[in-house]
Amino acid sequence: MAQEQKQPRKSDEADEATEVAPESDVAERKETLDDDVDAILDEIDDVLETNAEDFVKSFIQKGGQ
Amino acid sequence: MSVRRVMGTEVEYGISVQGQPTANPMVASSQVVNAYATATVRARRARWDFEEESPLRDARGFDMSRQIADPTQLTDEDLGLANVILTNGARLYVDHAHPEYSTPEVVTPLDIVRWDKAGEQVMLDAARRAQQLPGSPQIVLYKNNTDNKGASYGAHENYLMRRSTPFADIVRHLTPFFVSRQVFCGAGRVGRGQDGRGEGFQISQRADFFEVEVGLETTLKRPIINTRDEPHADPEKYRRLHVIIGDANLSEIATYLKVGTTSLVLAMIEDRFISRDLTVDGPVGALRAISHDPGLREVITLADGRRLTGIQLQLEYLDLAKKYVEDRYGADADAQTVDVLARWEDVLGRLEADPMSLADQLDWVAKLKLIEQYRSRDGLAWNDAKLQLIDYQYSDIRPEKGLYHRLVGAGRIQRLLTDDEVDSAMTNPPAETRAYFRGRCLEKYAPDIAAASWDSVIFDLPGRESLQRVPTIDPLRGSKAHVGALIDKCATADELVRALTR
Repeated sequence: MAQEQKQPRKSDEADEATEVAPESDVAERKETLDDDVDAILDEIDDVLETNAEDFVKSFIQKGGQ
Repeated sequence: MSVRRVMGTEVEYGISVQGQPTANPMVASSQVVNAYATATVRARRARWDFEEESPLRDARGFDMSRQIADPTQLTDEDLGLANVILTNGARLYVDHAHPEYSTPEVVTPLDIVRWDKAGEQVMLDAARRAQQLPGSPQIVLYKNNTDNKGASYGAHENYLMRRSTPFADIVRHLTPFFVSRQVFCGAGRVGRGQDGRGEGFQISQRADFFEVEVGLETTLKRPIINTRDEPHADPEKYRRLHVIIGDANLSEIATYLKVGTTSLVLAMIEDRFISRDLTVDGPVGALRAISHDPGLREVITLADGRRLTGIQLQLEYLDLAKKYVEDRYGADADAQTVDVLARWEDVLGRLEADPMSLADQLDWVAKLKLIEQYRSRDGLAWNDAKLQLIDYQYSDIRPEKGLYHRLVGAGRIQRLLTDDEVDSAMTNPPAETRAYFRGRCLEKYAPDIAAASWDSVIFDLPGRESLQRVPTIDPLRGSKAHVGALIDKCATADELVRALTR
């Protein structure tokens, strides 16, 4: 997502667009990013083992190579 | 040479029996391997042939005595643990207390990725089949390297090298590379120290478990350079470099870069191309220091006094490798060599500028990003069990539960292969090595095969009193080009053995 923020804006047109509505543009992007993060965390919340503490305690392995 | 050489990986999977934390992991591992064998291996099950195994042979030129060896080092003793050879040429077995999959021998980094990922699918299939037995609890497998309570288990790489290369050259030029390659092929870990009690995130799963610079052991006093010298090929011509320092990667790009760059560095060592001395002062400490700084600013000291970050040390190798490939191949360099160099350069550049931009390529970055998102959303402290859970569950190989798989499913991690390419490698052998001969024989003549190993297939033919051992000592013979048509033509094992011994 850091990549998305770094989109180069080289053409005059893009500069103009940035000048016209810089705040809403940034805000919009921030919102999209937040939604993005929320979406993946929501999905992962759904699959994470429910009792983290018990799970971590019982994950015991024998050593190997 | 280029990135191409005979190579393979072997991964020990973490295993847990749900609801039974005290279950015997050897029994559970055997159930997994046997369930797969019973369901997929037809007719008689070929044994593993231990004749050519010598795990105590040391690359420095001596054998360790069996009496003084730690029992866990004796990997050639057939303990009756489950052990099968698959039609893709791979070996599926129980090693110590873990199910393990060794890829067939391949010759390119992308084929390593393909048959290594096929191994994950074999393990997934095996665990699901084990669960179908009446009364069986669910067994879950993890492609990781530590329980974060003091135990570690390996993900090894093997590279065939020229015997003529002095081992001291390998140690000298490979150690700094191994100390620093984790910046792109670490799998990420929550916790520090072998028992994981130290707080924070580190780049590598394995770094804290390495205690010496060079040695034969793999289960204790783990060395950065392992000296096990079992070539499984003509020992006059070859050595097999057994690499134990790597993390088990889920990311296809991380595996591809790990193996591709290592193969290139080995080529430079074999061709005596490395003129710079990059010797690290205190490599064991440097390995940990680099791992413990996901910010990638930690500076380590070279023997010549220079102070470099892990990325800068990798840039030294990249610079040498670019010159080497240009010098030896110019415009004729093969596509994967060119691709490995380009990706290596891109990844190091991004690590310098913005590591988080690699969350869709590298395991440790993907894991760290997820953990940071949870920390910021839920305000979790580093010792919160949830963060540890995320670390474990990233490597759960079930597509519905594994977090790596969920990220791939959401389009957040790039792949190099399609599902179909991986699935077909579960049963089909690679074409360019003796694994082709092994795999095709097992697929076509299973009832007549008594045993097999890396360097032989042993037939038990009807009407013959003695077993017929077909040696496959040269890893590059027995390829599809070599025996494909012959196997197609021979309807029975007897015909094949007659044709081969004529």
